[in-house]
Amino acid sequence: MSAVTLAFGGRALKKFRRTPVQLLDVAVHPVVFTLIFSFLFGGAIGGSIDAYIGYLIPGILVMTLLVTTGTTGAALSVDIATGVYDRFRTLSIRPGAVLAGALIGDVVRYALASAVVLALGLALGFRPAGGVLGVTGAVLLVLLFAVSLSWVWTWLALTLKTPGAVLALTQSVLYPLSFFSNIFTTPATLPGWLQAFVDVNPVSQLVTVVRALTAGDPPGASLGYLLVGCALLTAGFAPLALRRFSMVR
Amino acid sequence: MDAVQAEGLVKTFGATRAVDGIDLTVPAGSVCGFLGPNGAGKTTTIRMLATLLRPDAGRARVFGHDVVEEPTAVRDRISLTGQYASVDETLTGRENLTLLGRLHRLSRAATAARAAELLDRFDLADAADRLVRAYSGGMRRRLDLAAGLVVPPDLLFLDEPTTGLDPRSRGEVWSLVRGLVADGATVLLTTQYLDEADQLADRIAVIDHGRVVADGTTDQLKASIGGGTLRLRLHDPADRDAARDLLVRALGAAEASDTDPAVLTAKGAAGGAAAALAELSWAGIDVAEFALGQPSLDEVFLALTTAKERVA
Repeated sequence: MSAVTLAFGGRALKKFRRTPVQLLDVAVHPVVFTLIFSFLFGGAIGGSIDAYIGYLIPGILVMTLLVTTGTTGAALSVDIATGVYDRFRTLSIRPGAVLAGALIGDVVRYALASAVVLALGLALGFRPAGGVLGVTGAVLLVLLFAVSLSWVWTWLALTLKTPGAVLALTQSVLYPLSFFSNIFTTPATLPGWLQAFVDVNPVSQLVTVVRALTAGDPPGASLGYLLVGCALLTAGFAPLALRRFSMVR
Repeated sequence: MDAVQAEGLVKTFGATRAVDGIDLTVPAGSVCGFLGPNGAGKTTTIRMLATLLRPDAGRARVFGHDVVEEPTAVRDRISLTGQYASVDETLTGRENLTLLGRLHRLSRAATAARAAELLDRFDLADAADRLVRAYSGGMRRRLDLAAGLVVPPDLLFLDEPTTGLDPRSRGEVWSLVRGLVADGATVLLTTQYLDEADQLADRIAVIDHGRVVADGTTDQLKASIGGGTLRLRLHDPADRDAARDLLVRALGAAEASDTDPAVLTAKGAAGGAAAALAELSWAGIDVAEFALGQPSLDEVFLALTTAKERVA
């Protein structure tokens, strides 16, 4: 990894440490959602809080990382709006280095968020049968998905005009995808049309695999579907983002 | 070799032709001032030259490298200091400079030394380890300038470097720019302030509605709108109308002052002033005092930018 990439990575981490909102995303968001859903709805949805925790925690892990990816686009968009990004573009550096550096920061944030969710889950009685291996696999998969999805937000940030627009668009995609999925409840009770959506929602696929891996079950066909999805997202949006960055436009 | 050579640059945003056919040559080692009102197309032109915007038509070369075809070669030679201080608010002053040093592939030791040197030179040593968020406007602008100099560029773009600064800070920026030029840099600066262009630039390109409406040294620009203003005070205000008629015949233009009934001015008429004064004397109109002035750059600027408006 080049010194330039590391310099950008170091910058991303410094900014992360000093931006309370980003810390909120990582630390407070999962705690609040876990507490609301386990104690408020847990009994109603899952029969009992203890039974529901095992179902909920993999979902919260996925949702937290999804929401955290939104920050990627917003942070880049702020750089563009403030002119910092223009200065980077007038340097003779490889465009990949800027985005790869941001990615280093992202991965650290995602890993931190995963740790918060898992620690909270363990404290509330989440006992994954898949053990260390299953949980690690699940976290790596969610990380991979988050990084792949980040390319979409990076491209959006390079395309849309204001940080507000980027944030609004990412939130309006991420929240429906999170709620209309199997994160909080099984789709069995939903009306047919919604069930159909929930089933094809990639977030549902991801949660299904994460549940299987943490439970020590075989992940099934969804894993293949997800890996192809990650590959497509990256192959589609990474070149778009890189080109938007490097080209004189 | 010329630092900048641009021919027929055009950039449109929707229906607006922000830059409408700009030709520009900046010899290496000189300071070119880009002077124009808000929205004239100054920043857009700079952004095209700095490889940040693609021209819709025309071409530009920086030290012989095409800005669209060879952006990397251009970026090796330039740095840009923006109208909006483009430093990172969530980093300290020192961190901003060290980041840029690392991005320029300086070693850690060289980066640290250069950052310290620049912080010192730009009078930011005391604030070096405070977050930029807490900096004043002047400090931020100085840091922005320093950030553009971590590796001294051959061509420095300064986009309105003193907009929003107090007079003392403006003076500081001016002396910094002079220092850079003394070290051999070429500077292309945009400004809305005539005195700034006058102070710093070897040549001034006056830009309005996306076009260069005049180009030359300060003195050439002043000469181009005709010679200065004749201003005179009559002994007897009752002679005013007769004197004005005579001056209009002799010089083509004259105006009575709104505030002082004995004062007349004729703009752009200094060349014929002696003959006109002689005529007044023959006509028996006593002149108590008179003055001949070089046109101020403000007058030049107004004359140049409003002439274009009348055509449009």
